Amino acid sequence: MATETLTLAKALNTGLRKAMEDDPKVVLMGEDIGKLGGVFRITDALQKDFGEDRVIDTPLAESGIVGTAIGLAIRGYRPVVEIQFDGFVYPAYDQIVSQLAKMHYRSNGKLKMPVVIRIPFGGGIGAVEHHSESPEAYFAHTAGLKVVACSNPADAYWMIQQAIQSDDPIVFMEPKRRYYEKAAVDLSVQPGPLFASKVLREGSDATIVAYGPMVKVALDAATAAAEDGRSLEVIDLRSLSPLDLGPVFASVRKTGRLVVVHEASRNLGIGSEVSARVTEECFYSLEAPVQRVTGYDIPYPASRVEEEFLPDLDRVLDAVDKSFGW
Amino acid sequence: MAERANAKAKAGRRKSGEPEFVQLLTPEGDRVDHPDYTVDFTDDELRGLYRDLVTVRRLDAEATALQRQGELGLWAGLLGQEAAQVGAGRAMRPQDMAFPTYREHGVLYTRGIDPIMPFGLFRGVDQGGWDPNEYKFNMYTIVIGAQTLHAAGYAMGIKYDGKVGDDNGEAVIAFFGDGASSQGDVNESFVFAAAYNAPIVFFCQNNQYAISEPVVRQTRVPLYQRAQGFGFPGIRVDGNDVLAVHAVTKAAMDNARRGNGPTMIEAYTYRMGAHTTSDDPTRYRQGAEVEEWKAKDPILRLGLYLNKRGLTDDAFLADVEKEAGKVAVHLRERVLALPDPAPVSMFDNVYAGGSPLLDAQRAEFVAYEASFEGGNH
Repeated sequence: MATETLTLAKALNTGLRKAMEDDPKVVLMGEDIGKLGGVFRITDALQKDFGEDRVIDTPLAESGIVGTAIGLAIRGYRPVVEIQFDGFVYPAYDQIVSQLAKMHYRSNGKLKMPVVIRIPFGGGIGAVEHHSESPEAYFAHTAGLKVVACSNPADAYWMIQQAIQSDDPIVFMEPKRRYYEKAAVDLSVQPGPLFASKVLREGSDATIVAYGPMVKVALDAATAAAEDGRSLEVIDLRSLSPLDLGPVFASVRKTGRLVVVHEASRNLGIGSEVSARVTEECFYSLEAPVQRVTGYDIPYPASRVEEEFLPDLDRVLDAVDKSFGW
Repeated sequence: MAERANAKAKAGRRKSGEPEFVQLLTPEGDRVDHPDYTVDFTDDELRGLYRDLVTVRRLDAEATALQRQGELGLWAGLLGQEAAQVGAGRAMRPQDMAFPTYREHGVLYTRGIDPIMPFGLFRGVDQGGWDPNEYKFNMYTIVIGAQTLHAAGYAMGIKYDGKVGDDNGEAVIAFFGDGASSQGDVNESFVFAAAYNAPIVFFCQNNQYAISEPVVRQTRVPLYQRAQGFGFPGIRVDGNDVLAVHAVTKAAMDNARRGNGPTMIEAYTYRMGAHTTSDDPTRYRQGAEVEEWKAKDPILRLGLYLNKRGLTDDAFLADVEKEAGKVAVHLRERVLALPDPAPVSMFDNVYAGGSPLLDAQRAEFVAYEASFEGGNH
């Protein structure tokens, strides 16, 4: 069995390498992704092995990167675009939401847009402004785009390859504070479909839903709660658009309580949609209102106070307590 | 060298107020020489260009009429820009790819594409979707300048495919307007095209107005001079001179396909009509200006030239009018016959790989529609 222990970053690198080996039409594009290997080294050594025409160092222009990726896709390529940091994606916003997302629709299905936009997202690394944001809801709100978030090395390895194989444009969110956490990755067995949430820990008393960097926090909270005699079920959403809420509904029907956790601001975030849908589908199973543990509705704060902004184990456990206190 | 300089000076000698540009045919219909550009059309080809110009103008007029009659939601007319579009379109080779904005009906026509193609968009029966790869003509793009980046990316792909280097190479032409020259995307596409030496021609139709904003609101230097700052040649051509536009565009496209990188062409022309049928140009420009440009009309001058060369007669002109009318009437009939889409089709093609959430919404919609007596309400 081809199992290796990899960091999430190395798993992405290995997945990208595999995708490029499997399909000569896969090209990588982005700022500093060539010789440097990207600021997080996700594309490390790929230009050396695949050449400058397949690992394309681009000018420093995000709209240009996404816009030319669209042109390459029309030409038959499968571009994988790296946005250097979450807060830098906005200059490319029109190209992503007005162009990339709509090409298949506008062309009556004649143009496929197999473009992956990789975005290292979220905070917790002590960065300056524009380097710690969670813009996923903007993209999840846009018809024509699909949005996924990996949370661990095995998913990173497989999900990036599945995203590249998709004929739909995919915004691929990478939890940058988890880049260097290690886990065993089975390189030979695909763990499941891309657009599916996954129960990571079974429990009977309450459900916690999270994605990306918050999955670890949710799992830690479940471990801590177990010491207090509470059994928490943890679900990794993985796909933010389309949301795969079947497992969430099943879980809530079992536990009667739901806490949704994400770093992004609360107002109209992914948690709002999860909460609304669970209320629609599981109203008679709920023992308490759905609790949301999120970033506050402020610009991402200065890094010296980001620990207070980011949901942590205590805030999640408080939300669980609140649910039980209803 | 001295000869060349003299010739340039001669070519550039214009009435005051007119810019220096490549011109092969004066507004009076006289053929003039340029040191760098020429054309060698046969008599039949010249007559063919005239037929193109008249037909394109007639189709455009038909579309404007259709809009006025309530049959189109909107129309972006090209009156006055026929030479820029026909000259550029006829300079393309079959393997070349065009990325239009929303006004390139003339280019589309010269590509041999059914002129009804954009009418789905303007009538509102679809989003204007055709198969860009089949026609080598991308869909119209409404967001100003966005398509220039798609064009640059496509041109990069040509290069990665190894399809440049000789006369059989492929090239891309990206159309945009003077207003779009201010957009970041247009400038970024220049940067990308230059950085990768992509086989692309940026074809700016400077029709003097971005809706109501005159070109002085976009730039302090002539637009073609912008190219120099990005590291590739820029050239201004008399956009109402179909011969010059053709010569300049063909040279630039051939240059691109041989691997020599991008060129920007500024076709200096004038939008005789409104920006779109929603616009009222009398609010922002003077009648005298329009009259001045009328004297430079692209069809008028080619007609004068053909006449001077004995290439036209009443029978030819009557035939051109008759044929153009036929094409227009045929177009009108088919536009009126464009069926409204089935409402449920609005759910089609959002995703290539589908979406369970969307499938559920579609099912909800179908059930809702069916709940009305007699099905569709």
